[in-house]
Formats: sequence, structure tokens, C-alpha cells
Amino acid sequence: MTAGHTRSLSVYVVVACLVLMLPIVILLILAFGHGGYLKFPPDSYSLRWFGVFFGDPRWQRALWSSLLIAAIACVIATVLGFFAAYAFVRGDLRAKKLLLSFMLLPIIIPHVITAIAMYFLSGPLKLVGNVFWIGLCHATVALPIVLLILLSSLQGVDVNLERAALSLGSSRLGVFTKIVIPLAFPGILSSALFAFLASFDELIISLFLAGVRSETLPVRIWNSLHLQVEPVIAAVSAFLIAVTGVVLLLDALMRQLRQARLASQANGR
Amino acid sequence: MSKPRKFNDPAVLVMPAVLLLALVFVGPLIWFFIQALASIGTPAEIVAHAWAIITSKAVVTALSTTNWISLMVTLLVLLISYPLAYYLANNQGLRFTLVLFCIVVPYFTSIIVRTYSWMVLLGRNGIINQVLQHLGIIDEPLALLYTKTGVLIGMVYVLLPYMVLTLFAAMKAIDPSLMRAARGLGATGFYAFTRIYFPLSIHGVISGSLIVFILAIGFFITPALMGGPSDVMIAMLIERSVEIMFDWSGAAIMSLLLLFATLVLYAIYYRVTDVRRMMRA
Repeated sequence: MTAGHTRSLSVYVVVACLVLMLPIVILLILAFGHGGYLKFPPDSYSLRWFGVFFGDPRWQRALWSSLLIAAIACVIATVLGFFAAYAFVRGDLRAKKLLLSFMLLPIIIPHVITAIAMYFLSGPLKLVGNVFWIGLCHATVALPIVLLILLSSLQGVDVNLERAALSLGSSRLGVFTKIVIPLAFPGILSSALFAFLASFDELIISLFLAGVRSETLPVRIWNSLHLQVEPVIAAVSAFLIAVTGVVLLLDALMRQLRQARLASQANGR
Repeated sequence: MSKPRKFNDPAVLVMPAVLLLALVFVGPLIWFFIQALASIGTPAEIVAHAWAIITSKAVVTALSTTNWISLMVTLLVLLISYPLAYYLANNQGLRFTLVLFCIVVPYFTSIIVRTYSWMVLLGRNGIINQVLQHLGIIDEPLALLYTKTGVLIGMVYVLLPYMVLTLFAAMKAIDPSLMRAARGLGATGFYAFTRIYFPLSIHGVISGSLIVFILAIGFFITPALMGGPSDVMIAMLIERSVEIMFDWSGAAIMSLLLLFATLVLYAIYYRVTDVRRMMRA
């Protein structure tokens, strides 16, 4: 590419990045506005709407439901996803690609269909509003994400270390707890974080399964948006963005850790 | 866990995950379709009812809206993403990190939050109208929210990262010395790009377009919040028939239609892509 092309590409990329970040940045600014309606730029700034968010018992309940459901989904998806990913990376599974494609289906099939099917079953079984059940349902959507992250991170664990431990008399369980899990730990934490986030941000399945008892934050945002665009939603949104920010930050940290471990592994410790 | 010996067996290790999906995901889907269809009556009645629903005005309109919006979104996302992915593939260090940051942060932000942020921007008294009126560019507020334009903007914003990351993975695999060789042999930048770079990236273009289109046809949240009364996509129709009309059999028939389209496209995607590259390059 010529210098002119390179320059216009750079200009384009800068503009595109600004547009990509614009909605998020504006929402963050609006959340700190003081006024009773959304105005940009706000006339004055305060934590007023965060106070409303954290002070309202209904938003509080939604926050706790979200956290609880996400924690359940995160644990189930990470544990099951870890074993499955290990089998994919180390084992001679038949029809590997086909099986993996099957296990990715929950993020391919439209959530509306999945949600309605789960709802259809939940009614007669009296499971609507049951946080453990919602967590289990969310785990199916989080599982593919865990699998994709761990597939790449487990490939970084040297199989020779496992062979060495086995030949030195370690049990398979010992290899797991003393070699594989510690070496893959940053990847496991990353996948757990994204599994948590996937459930924490999930709307459609929750919309059907939550009932009135277990409304999550996204469901409450959805319900409020149908009534009016109140400023408190900007504060709740800012909170959700902050959660995403924390997850991405921790993931970046885990990546650093993973690199460091791979390096020390290569140096033979 | 009680039998460590079994840790050797990969089939045992995948089993819990497969069981979870079978019991909580596939099971409910099959149960729902069988029960909802069986409630219609005999096989002949089911076929007649299905035909009546599929050819009804609401469904035909929703299908054509879904198709049109999804095609437009895929095309727009491709055009916007290609240069971004090219930039990512050919830059390192701080520039790379900054651009990736601007793509990944929206990607991992809740869809409802991303949609809400565009509602705030595009509304009649929204920020874009406030700014344009303040600057005196327009007298009357533009109708952006609750129109097809609004849906397109919102969906393009949500689906863009999938395309950028897919294209980036494909472009990263292109040997940069090929372009240098072409230029060295006298090809113009444009010629080298169209004859060498683009054909080598076509794999990513196809994969990315398929995944964006697959996700677009099942979209619900963004069109439901940002569209007008005439912008009803098929997923919204399915949700409404359950939530408002309690019409389970109708919902099942429309769901089967959408599911079929999704699975056919996913099968094509499966043929052309290495699935592992899908989400995180």
C-alpha cells in the first residue's frame, strides 16, 4: 500500500474506533449526570442515580439474583467445560470436530427458541423463578465459551510434563491436580470469568425463566425500557460495563500469567 | 471422581458436558417440539396447520423483513470490518492493542446495554438529535429510533466484533511477503490487493459473513427495542406468540423454520471453517 492509502486507512480506523466506543463512553458520562432526564452533556454531575440503583430494594434483589445465577452457571460450565476441553486436547475422541460443533450449538441456535423450549418445560415442573435451574440453563450457553477458551489454553500445556509425572508413578488424578490444573490455571480462571459474564449479561433465557421472583439485572432493564428511558438505567448500565471492564482486566492479567508460565515451562523451571 | 483410573478415558471426561447439553438444552427443545406439534392433532392436521402458519401474512412479512435486515447487516458489517481487520493484522504494539480494545470492549458488553446506549443516542430527543439541532444542521429531529435504520445501526454495532475477529484470524495467516513480492514485481497496490490479498482472505470473508448472518436471523433484543411496528423479525414473532397469545404450536412451527435455516447455514459454516477459530481468534 502507498503512503496515501496507509494514511486514509489510519484515519478510517481512528474514526471507526471512536464510533465503536462512543455509545459506551456517553453512557458512562450520562450515568453520572444529576438531572431527572438524560441530557448530554449533563448540567451537573453527581452519584444520584447510583444511589437510586443501590438504594432501591427491587434493583438490589435483581443484582443478587444476577450474581447468584451467574455464580452457579459459572461453576457448572467451567468444571464440565474443563474436563471436556481436556478430553478434546489429549484424548483420541472419535468425530472430534462433529462433537465440538454439537457442543457449540447453544451459542448458534437463536436464544429465543432455546428459551421458549426451556420455559415450556419449566412451567409444569414449577421451575420458573428457580435460581438453580436458571443457572443450569445459563450454563449450557456458557459452556461453549469455556470450551473455546480452554481448548487454546490447554494446548499450551506440555504433554511431556504429564507423561513424566505418570512414568514417575503419579496417578492420573495426581497429574490433574498437580500438573494440568496448576499449569492451565490462568486459562481456567479466564474461562470462568467469561462464563460468569455470559450468564450475568444474558437476557432472553432469563426473560422467560425468571418470573417475578428472580428478575435479573438485564431483565429489569428490559422491563424498565418498555416503560420509559429513566436515568437510573444509565447508572445500572454503567455498573454492567464496569463488570465487563473488571472481567477484561482480570483476563489480561491471566494472559500475562499464562505467558509467564509457558516461558518458565519452556525454560524447564 | 471416585475412579481416578477413568481419567484416562476421554469419553468419560466429555460425558458430563454432553449430559448437561442433552438434558438441559437438546431435551427441552425436542420435548417442546413434540408436545407443541402433537397438541395440534393428527399428522395431516399438523401439516395443514403448519402450512397455514407459514403462508400467513404475518409470517411471510416477518420472514422477508428478517432476510432483508440480516442481508443488509451482514453486508454493512463486512464493509466496515474489513479495513479494521486489515489494520489489526498489519500492526503491532500499542496501535494493535488500542484498536483491539475498541472492538473487544463493546463485544463483551451486555447486548441490552449496547442497545440501550444506541436508544439514548438515536431517540427523538436523543443525543444525536440534540447535537444536530444545537449546531443548526437540522430544524426537526430526525426519525432514527423505531425505524429500520435504527435496527440496522444497532445490529451492525452488536455483530461487528464477530466479523472483525474472524477476518483478523484469516488475515493473520496471510504471508506478508506475498504482497511485497507482488509489489516488487511491479504490481500496483490496488492490483496486488485485489489479485492476492483479497482472494487469500476470502475464507475469512465467507466464515465471518455466515456467522453474522446466522446470528442476525435469530436476533431478538435489538430489533424488539429499536424497530418500529413494521420491523417485526421472526424471532420477535415467536416471542410474541408465546408471551402474548400463548400459541405454543404456532411458536413451535415458526421456531422449527428458524431452527432449520440456522442449522443449514451452520452446516455450511462447519464445512468451510475450523470451528475453533470461531469466537476468539
